[in-house]
Order: sequence, then structure tokens, then C-alpha cells
Amino acid sequence: MMIREVEGSLYKLKYIKEEGRKITIETIKEIGKSQTDPTARVDRFLEYFTISPQNLDPAGIVWKLEHILDVRDIRFKDEVKLMAPSADETQTNNLENTLEAASALNFIYKVIRHYYLLGKKTLSLYVIMQIQMILPMIMKEAEAYASALKAFAYGQPIGDGAGALVAARLMHGYEIRKLEKDCVVATVPFEGRTAFVVKAEGPGGNVGKPGDAVKQVIEENKGKIAMIVMIDAALKLEGEELGEVAEGVGAAIGGPGVDQFKIEEELVKYHIPINALVVKEDVGDAVSPLRKEVFDSIDTVIVRIKEVVSERTKEGDKIVIAGIGNTIGIGQ
Amino acid sequence: MTETQGTAPTTRISAFLLTIVFITLALSFAALIFAVYILEQPTEAETAWILILLGFLGVGISTYVLFQTRRRISKLKIVVPPVTTTIECKKCGFKNVREFQRGDYIFKEGENCQKCNEKTLITAIYREVKDKEKQKMPF
Repeated sequence: MMIREVEGSLYKLKYIKEEGRKITIETIKEIGKSQTDPTARVDRFLEYFTISPQNLDPAGIVWKLEHILDVRDIRFKDEVKLMAPSADETQTNNLENTLEAASALNFIYKVIRHYYLLGKKTLSLYVIMQIQMILPMIMKEAEAYASALKAFAYGQPIGDGAGALVAARLMHGYEIRKLEKDCVVATVPFEGRTAFVVKAEGPGGNVGKPGDAVKQVIEENKGKIAMIVMIDAALKLEGEELGEVAEGVGAAIGGPGVDQFKIEEELVKYHIPINALVVKEDVGDAVSPLRKEVFDSIDTVIVRIKEVVSERTKEGDKIVIAGIGNTIGIGQ
Repeated sequence: MTETQGTAPTTRISAFLLTIVFITLALSFAALIFAVYILEQPTEAETAWILILLGFLGVGISTYVLFQTRRRISKLKIVVPPVTTTIECKKCGFKNVREFQRGDYIFKEGENCQKCNEKTLITAIYREVKDKEKQKMPF
């Protein structure tokens, strides 16, 4: 019974993985207009891996991790450029995201297949049981990635971009300046204060390096920043409403932790208070095309930022508003 | 690499399962025919009714298993949710909602307004999901 259930899910995962690979290849062919067939290169990319740095001596691990991630990012971009030479920057970023989603699907399929075959080979009920127990969550994640893959291929905004969308709303119409590593900033008058609104540069699929961008803004102002407000999408618990807005303190940013570390270093250095606003979504909504509920919550977030800023800073202060998340399908 | 060459693995039904289903189906039909044959003899009526019952049960179960397998195959699809783009005129506020097209992004300048010929702007891109009626929970 359990083996049949895992087997059924494995068939489904295989189908999703194959579809993902097919969509990726078709998109690359369509956008990239490459002279050669990108299939072999895509297959190689799907098996790509990253080794995280050794943590026996954790001192300085953040910089090592950052370096590895930078190398990975450059390598991914180079690969995409070789696969799709005609793609512009936005399309290159979108294709990179598409390939990452296809790679994640490939990895999920392989792990489940591994446990299924191992369970059958060793005739161990416990091996099958441990995979069967978490199967519903894994299937949900795989379906989310499948949905994300299409969103990335078409360049549609995704749920994770809620923070970037808030920043885009605030900075639209103001002069925009490029910052460190794929980020932009605009100086916006906000409730009698000067707000430096930061986000990743859109509309291509990109999260930028908000850590470096926020650090640059703080350093440019010699640390004279009265407050930082960070906006991001956060995973909701079952029972919570989609698009619910919650408020707290701390650096609201996911990912491997490098950017959060950099922001926190600056906060400590200049004793800057930090507030966070999050939009609640589940994993499926975060990586699939933006839901109306999340889009509608953007107005609520802006009202809450206004409240936080007017209650906790004085007129004439300088503040930083950072919209975190993948800015695919969101301009500025 | 044959495994990744895009064949349709999901259309594959276990041969073992199919064999069992068809054997059950054949035996059930045989039981039904035999039941009709022996029903003509009044002394064997009880056996005939048992065979009829078993026959119908066998046909029912094997048909159900076959339909279930077919249903599982047809369910395997990556659903593309319909995404809409809202285009607004900056001057007159005229709104146009259409299906998302590749290349659309929020804050992209669009074509000229149908009403006042001013530049339009894409102000929203989202998908609307019609939730099934939520079960009321006490918590």
C-alpha cells in the first residue's frame, strides 16, 4: 500500500520533472535563438551542484559562502548566455530562474526515487515509511516549482515579489539610481521624511544583493539613518489568511543568510532600529504567479509603513525602506 | 540517456495490474454465463445466485480499478493558472484588463489610451483563484 503510494507519486514527479525540462528547453530555443541544440547543456545544468563551505571553524564563513554564491551566480549566468545568446538581460535572468526551478524538480524526483528504490532493495518498511510520511509536503513543493517554472518562463510576477512590489510602488515616478549588485534606490519624500527606497532591479527574475545595497545607502549617509523598514513575503502557517500583513522587528530577508548578516552588522555599527513587515503566503503561492490577495495586501503594507515611520521617527529624518524578494515581472 | 528523452512515462500502467484486472473480468463474465446456464436447473438455483453475485462483484471491482487508473493518468497535468494584466491610463484613468502576454511587467508603459490617446501603464498583474467554499472551522 505504502509502496504503491510512493510509486504513484514518483510517476507524478517524473512527469512534472520531464515537463519542466521540456518547457525550459522550449523557452531557451524560443528566446535564445541559439545555433546549436541547447538540450545537452540543459541536461548538464540540471545536475549542477554547489558545495557549501566547511563550517568546522565558523569564523569568516559568511564571506566564504558569499564567494561561493557569487561564483555560482556568475557560472549560471555564463551558462545561460551560452545557451541563449540572443537573450537580453531581463530574459537571461528569467531563463536562469527557469533553469533553477527545473533543477529543483530534478533534485526532488531523484531523492524520492532514491528512497523508493532503497526501500525496495533492502525490503525495509522504515525507509519507505519515512518518505511516505513527508510525501504530501514534497508533492506540494514540487507542484509549486512546476507552477513557478511557467511563471519564470513567461516573466510573470510571483508571490515572493510582494516586498519588491511595495518598493516599486513607492519609488515609481522618482529618479532611480543603480546600487551594488543588481539593486536600485530612489530618494522619495515620505511622510515628511526622506526615504531611500531599495529593491532588486526589475523586471527580470532577480533578488539582487540587498545586504550590499542597504549597506551602501547607510555608508553614503554616514550612518545617519533613523530607521530601516524591511518588507518581505513570509511563509504562513495553515489557518492563517493569504496576504495577511504582520509586523515585527529584525531583518526580514530569507536566502542563505549573507545579506541578513551584512544588514545586521551595519545596524550594530550605527545603532539603527529595524522594523519588518511581512506578507503571509504559503510555499506554493510564493513561487507561483502573484495571487490577487497578495497584490491587494500591498496597499495595507504601505499604510502600515506610514504608521511605523510616523510613530517612530521625526520629520526630516532619513529612513531606508527595503523591498525584498524576486522582482520578476516588476519594474520600477 | 533514454530516461530523460521525454517519453510519456505516465501513460504506463503496470502490466501485472492489467493482467489481474483482465483475468478477474474474464472469470466474472464466465461466472455470469455459467450462472445463467445453471439457473435453468431449479435444483442448482442457490449456486447460480452466488455465481451471479460473484460475477457482478468481479465486473464491478475490475471496472472500478480500470477507471481509477485512467483517472490518475488524466489528472497528471501542469495547470497554467490564468493571469490577467491591468492597464491604466495615467490621464483619464481608463482601465483595461486583458490576459497576460509575454513581455508584460508591472510599471511597463503600454500602448496609447483608447479614449484620450495618452500613454498607458501596466499597474497590476495577478491571478485570481476562485476558492472552493471554505469549510467553517471553530478555530
